[in-house]
Amino acid sequence: MTAKKKRPRTPRVPMPEQTPSQRIQNFDEVPLGYTPEQAQAEAERCLQCKKPACLKGCPVNVDIPGFIGLVVEGKFAEAARRIKTTNCLPAVCGRVCPQESQCEAQCVLGKKGEPSAIGRLERFVADYERENNLIELPAKTTPTGKKVAVVGAGPAGLTVAGDLICLGYEVTVFEAFHKPGGVLAYGIPEFRMPKRIVQQEVDYLCKLGVNLELNQVVGKSISVDELFDEEGFDAVFVGVGAGLPYFMGVPGESLGGVYSASEYLTRANLMRAYDFPNYDTPIVRGKTVCVVGGGNVAMDSARTARRLGAENVYIVYRRSRQEMPARGEEIHHAEEEGIIFKLLCSPIEYLGDDRSMVRQARCQEMELGEPDASGRRRPIPKPGAEFTIDTEIVIVAIGSGANPILTRNAKGVDLNRRGYIVANDTGRTTRPGVWAGGDIVTGSATVILAMGAGKTAAADIHQYLTAENGQWLPE
Amino acid sequence: MSKILEKKELVPNIYELLVAAPRIARKTRPGQFVVVMADEQGERIPLTIADFDRDRGTVTLVLMVVGTSSKKIARISVGESMAAIIGPLGVASEIEKLDTVVMVAGGVGTAPVYPIARGFKEAGVRVISIQGARSKDLLFWTDRLAAVSDRHVITTDDGSAGIKGLVTEPLRELLEKDADKKIGAVYAIGPAIMMKFCCKTTEPFGVKTVASLNTIMIDGTGMCGGCRVDVGGTTRFTCVDGPEFDGHQVDWDMLLARQKIYEKEEACSLERYIETIEA
Ligand SMILES: Cc1cc2nc3c(=O)[nH]c(=O)nc-3n(C[C@H](O)[C@H](O)[C@H](O)COP(=O)(O)OP(=O)(O)OC[C@H]3O[C@@H](n4cnc5c(N)ncnc54)[C@H](O)[C@@H]3O)c2cc1C
Ligand SMILES: Cc1cc2nc3c(=O)[nH]c(=O)nc-3n(C[C@H](O)[C@H](O)[C@H](O)COP(=O)(O)OP(=O)(O)OC[C@H]3O[C@@H](n4cnc5c(N)ncnc54)[C@H](O)[C@@H]3O)c2cc1C
Ligand code: SF4
Ligand code: SF4
Ligand code: FES
Repeated sequence: MTAKKKRPRTPRVPMPEQTPSQRIQNFDEVPLGYTPEQAQAEAERCLQCKKPACLKGCPVNVDIPGFIGLVVEGKFAEAARRIKTTNCLPAVCGRVCPQESQCEAQCVLGKKGEPSAIGRLERFVADYERENNLIELPAKTTPTGKKVAVVGAGPAGLTVAGDLICLGYEVTVFEAFHKPGGVLAYGIPEFRMPKRIVQQEVDYLCKLGVNLELNQVVGKSISVDELFDEEGFDAVFVGVGAGLPYFMGVPGESLGGVYSASEYLTRANLMRAYDFPNYDTPIVRGKTVCVVGGGNVAMDSARTARRLGAENVYIVYRRSRQEMPARGEEIHHAEEEGIIFKLLCSPIEYLGDDRSMVRQARCQEMELGEPDASGRRRPIPKPGAEFTIDTEIVIVAIGSGANPILTRNAKGVDLNRRGYIVANDTGRTTRPGVWAGGDIVTGSATVILAMGAGKTAAADIHQYLTAENGQWLPE
Repeated sequence: MSKILEKKELVPNIYELLVAAPRIARKTRPGQFVVVMADEQGERIPLTIADFDRDRGTVTLVLMVVGTSSKKIARISVGESMAAIIGPLGVASEIEKLDTVVMVAGGVGTAPVYPIARGFKEAGVRVISIQGARSKDLLFWTDRLAAVSDRHVITTDDGSAGIKGLVTEPLRELLEKDADKKIGAVYAIGPAIMMKFCCKTTEPFGVKTVASLNTIMIDGTGMCGGCRVDVGGTTRFTCVDGPEFDGHQVDWDMLLARQKIYEKEEACSLERYIETIEA
């Protein structure tokens, strides 16, 4: 690149996507991805800053200007490999990272116009490399002779496995479900995160030599003690996510047709209830659906319900649009698909029919008061202001917590008051030899933060296992 | 793992399966269950571990064919495998040092009752078992259950074997005669409606009654909440907090209603499956 010339500010190259009326008929991915020409045109917009601001926004330090420069030159597979030096799942991150609040939020182009479309480019190069069979296996390193167990095949666990296999460890991933991927497999819907891509990313790790043991619930099928004592592992990484669904405790929550978002999405995604009866797992379908909550999980549930044939899908959220934690893009997509937002209200009771199937949600109207601990204005009930929605399905998407199935049986691994694992900034827990990272430490966060935690932990596991006489001093 | 080593039809529509599952066999304790998937398209369904052999690395499942999943599993040939088997799940039975325990088994409930009865017997507790079925030709494992019981009573709805009537009759009699309160607990395992009535029967006597709940499940690890039940006014997850609960505290009507959520879909699925296997 020569001296920076003043370039005309061009808008972002838009990414083609299925129209709303098309996409609510199927579970295929909504954005269709860039063509090579579109990707190069978008990459040209990047200023190749000397001090790239964008880097500050990426939790795993992707060499953003570096890979974008390679896209400009048409070296797409090289660009993918450049990303992979710090991020082993670019096809995933390019799709689900909240770029608008991370890398793209920092990009200088964003000051006066639209930021560089870093996520879309990341997705493009990863897809290009994979679809053209250009993925190269890294050179084998000399085995260290040490064994590491990873519990949970979500983004955190997969990252640890990928990093340590390349450093010469024997790595086994234990996963409770019959499919790997964590939330990428059971939570995030097909139309945002195609399962075939998740599977291909995992296949790649297996090709590198990672052992994957599915259907193993650590804490039940095998304990952490046994991993050390009987199976001879030298270190254990725990990345079991935050998969305990919360309910609100309002009357009628046990009626048929009332789901936690985890159940609804697990049925639809992991078990493919959308393809019932080709797949055996059923899901309740209906004309009207109420989704309670305002985060990404609520948007995913609402958009899934729409695709399962619901005509009226309501998002029932107790604060206003401004406080909604969902990504802007997701809210936008939901609106385009005709999801109706019922803001400033909250369900207080569900009423059922003679078969105990839900038929109505009674809601309480709210108004916003003073900001609470989260800095968002607290919703307070408006006395006497109630209304009912006729509905056949209710999806409770108000968050999730720490699932105790492993932690209850892991001696010496301390938990905090809310049941999450206590770990220091490199993932060390209070039990020597056990690391933890991702949602089970932070509470529900993001894919990239879970991966970041995995990276740090992997480096620290390596350091600890190669140190002469490593001291275990967490925190 | 999960290869079917032996299979026999015990009585019409009820199969005994011997499955290779060394890790699971090693850890199983009475009262626990597995979640299985027949094939890649299959749903995840829970089945009680009716017996286990740590040395051979096997578990025994007793399966009643009621719908698509159970039918698919019953049709897997010996030597073939299920797509998945996960476990042991759930909390093991609490084998207390009681004087006497009454084990009530209804229908396919004989299978889950058996390892618990054996557990009590081995702990030196006097075991009285009541085994009920609709008729004589639907009774199975009578000898096995008798072998771990000090007294073994059979009931059939039609009187073709044992006492004519429901299991609740001999249960009530036992409690009425138990003046010196030797019966420390009653276990009732079978169809939800039978467990409900056993609990109603024992309630006036104030005897602790344990029921093993058969809610619809998916993951079996506490991640979906689909198996929730109301026990004493609080929501519990059957897969991780149970499957055994104090039967006097269970909201039976809610349990019965939740078992029927997918009635329509199940019928449609089974009809289609039968068409495909007959084609
Ligand atoms: C519906 C939904 C949508 C989301 N959308 C986004 C998004 O768009 N962008 C984004 O960045 N983030 C999103 N998130 C959040 C993100 O998915 C999580 O933060 C991330 O997946 C956490 O990764 P993890 O590896 O810590 O855990 P998880 O992804 O939860 O994986 C944990 C794995 O461990 C397994 N496991 C649990 N217990 C055991 C055990 N005892 N033994 C063996 N295995 C066990 C689980 O089955 C699971 O596979 C979303 C979350 C949900 C639920
Ligand atoms: C802890 C536990 C232990 C069990 N142990 C045994 C056992 O040892 N032997 C045995 O034969 N049965 C057992 N069951 C019941 C067994 O899981 C169901 O009969 C089976 O799931 C039916 O599936 P299907 O597709 O054949 O029938 P379907 O036609 O789908 O359903 C028939 C009935 O089974 C129940 N059911 C359906 N899907 C599920 C599901 N995913 N999970 C649970 N129940 C469901 C429903 O209430 C339904 O009314 C157990 C259930 C639980 C919860
Ligand atoms: S990993 Fe995520 S945050 Fe980092 S550059 Fe890629 S899209 Fe941005
Ligand atoms: S800040 Fe924006 S323009 Fe600058 S290098 Fe990063 S992506 Fe390119
Ligand atoms: S089966 Fe999902 S929580 Fe129990």
